[in-house]
Amino acid sequence: MSASLTLVVLMGAMYAVGIYVMLERSLTRVLIGFLLVGNATNILIFLMSGGNGSPPLVTGTEADDSMVDPVPQVLMLTAIVINFGITAFLLALIYRSWWLAQLGEEGDTLPDEHEGETEAETESSFDPLDLDDAAVQEVLRASDERPGDDESSAPGGSHRTTPNDRTHDTTGEDRG
Amino acid sequence: MTALVPLVVMLPLLGAAVALTLGKYPQIQIAVSTMVLAVVAALSIALLIHVDSTGPVVVHVGGWDAPWGIVLVADRLAAIMLVVSSLMLLGVLLFAVGQGIADRDSNPPPVSIFHPTYLVLAAGVFDAFVAGDLFNLYVAFEMLLAASYVLLTLGGTGARIRAGVTYIVVSLMSSIIFVASIALIYGATGTVTIALVSERVRDLPPDVQLVLCLALLVGFSVKAALFPLSFWLPDSYPTAPAPVTAVFAGLLTKVGIYAIIRTDTVLFIDVPLQTPLLIVAAVTMIVGILGAVAQADIKRLLSFTLVSHIGYMVFGIAIGSEAATTSTIYYVVHHIVVQTALFLVAGLIERVGGSTSISRLGGLLSAAPIVAVLYFIGALNLGGIPPFSGFLGKVGLFRAGVESGTPLDFVVIGAGAATSLVTLYALARVWNMAFWRGRREVEGYSSSLLASLSENPEDDGRVSLKTVSPLMVSATAGLVVLTVALTVFAGPLFALADRAAVNIEDPSTYVRAVFPVEVP
Repeated sequence: MSASLTLVVLMGAMYAVGIYVMLERSLTRVLIGFLLVGNATNILIFLMSGGNGSPPLVTGTEADDSMVDPVPQVLMLTAIVINFGITAFLLALIYRSWWLAQLGEEGDTLPDEHEGETEAETESSFDPLDLDDAAVQEVLRASDERPGDDESSAPGGSHRTTPNDRTHDTTGEDRG
Repeated sequence: MTALVPLVVMLPLLGAAVALTLGKYPQIQIAVSTMVLAVVAALSIALLIHVDSTGPVVVHVGGWDAPWGIVLVADRLAAIMLVVSSLMLLGVLLFAVGQGIADRDSNPPPVSIFHPTYLVLAAGVFDAFVAGDLFNLYVAFEMLLAASYVLLTLGGTGARIRAGVTYIVVSLMSSIIFVASIALIYGATGTVTIALVSERVRDLPPDVQLVLCLALLVGFSVKAALFPLSFWLPDSYPTAPAPVTAVFAGLLTKVGIYAIIRTDTVLFIDVPLQTPLLIVAAVTMIVGILGAVAQADIKRLLSFTLVSHIGYMVFGIAIGSEAATTSTIYYVVHHIVVQTALFLVAGLIERVGGSTSISRLGGLLSAAPIVAVLYFIGALNLGGIPPFSGFLGKVGLFRAGVESGTPLDFVVIGAGAATSLVTLYALARVWNMAFWRGRREVEGYSSSLLASLSENPEDDGRVSLKTVSPLMVSATAGLVVLTVALTVFAGPLFALADRAAVNIEDPSTYVRAVFPVEVP
């Protein structure tokens, strides 16, 4: 059995980083750690299929010798699906934990602040979308990036501060 | 008869789907889940009778032969576990239904998600027992764990979310260790079918075998709550609703024990792990029970005794002789029933007495004589008083230990006897305080002993009395009667456990059942 050294190193690094991040108190970091460790395990399963680069087919001819074992890929696929489900649950748990940390259990029984309003009145109390766009443009102008850069660089660059960033910070301080 | 094996997994899953769509009609939901579990219990009993008379039943899912397809194997051990766990799940479900009936008029309304999740948990537990390959075992574990995450955080209150986070993160880590060890085993042997792994693993160098075996054992030990991997259990179980705690305590740790039995006997029969396992068994017993003595909260106390008594089962697995395996199987059955029954009794105490802390309970003997009788029988049984099944199981284990006869065996026997005595002490103290002490004595009662106990950190000292429906009491009574039946029918049960142990001690029966012609 031969294994790709790159994948072995990648797996080791992901395990190391994942476990390190999982040891943090914040739940979102635990989730990120779980994702890293889970995918490192998927790579470990993948490594067990032996060689690399060949299609996972069995034809019963001599060509089979140069092909990889398809079973680990099937196992991996199942593990990915399971991890996906667990991740969804963890996200819900993190949101609930953040909710409890911010509002407490009284938060569940808060009155509806838009009660008795028509739909139009409720709509008008929200910020219009144009304001959001304007805020984004403002941030872009302040940075040294031009609007046209968006197509070439990865979306969601870290220097953009959106209102959501505040949410992430508070999540970081919830009870662990 | 082969159809029975997939049915025990399929029925609860289908039932879960039906129950989920019937979220608006709680009555029909209850009927569906009760029916499903009752049918599965009947099927398991039929399966046990069949397997006991004609040998293991093997199902090749989708018609693909092993090792290419998935196999489901029901041998005697799996069938015994199926019967016991389906009866427990049914009993606890009835208790939960009774609790729902008693709470009907109060806020908050019952959650529609309980029944589907409970059935998925049942499917996961049953699948774990019949899984014939390691990866299917992993999927079964994930099924029951995912369901247990939801059940533990039911309602999403602060206490449950806090307890749930510990439980979920620990379980996730154990699953990752498990799946990583499956990957390593696949790399070493080229298969995940248990029967084939057990054949091929013998050709590997001893140190590779040891590493593979330890990797699996660490994963399972977290689930079975072996010291030092048991720290998570007493903090997470007691916060869940009473029926959920009961079913977790009875079944989930035992699924881990079942997996350890399979690992140690079928998969890695040559790996010499006797000494480390004996030490772990002794430490688990002692540390667990010392934790129990320090608790004032009955649910936490029971969680610690749960950890402690896992040590007995590991003791039996570590000795590894036929007599020891027989007693281990009997002890697992006994412990599932007794621990579930006691947690349900704790649930009754919580409603009748308004609290589960022995520093605030009192006068329950006159207030609820039936609960008192149920607690008394369960406590004596768990403490190992003759003639109850706890005594019989422990005697069987100690005899197997004496037969094995190394000095370490005698040390563990001593630890086991001491643990049994301390268990009785802790449970008798609950009896004295909660049942025998008069209601009026509770105010201003001073005792240096009570003052030194640690209360449940989530306990706010409130006392809230709730009604108990007859169904709750009768479900609990049913389980307690079952524990007594384990004593009365101990002879035939031990004989059955012995036949199961013979199968386990000689993995060739298992291997030949999966590969009737020849091992590939």
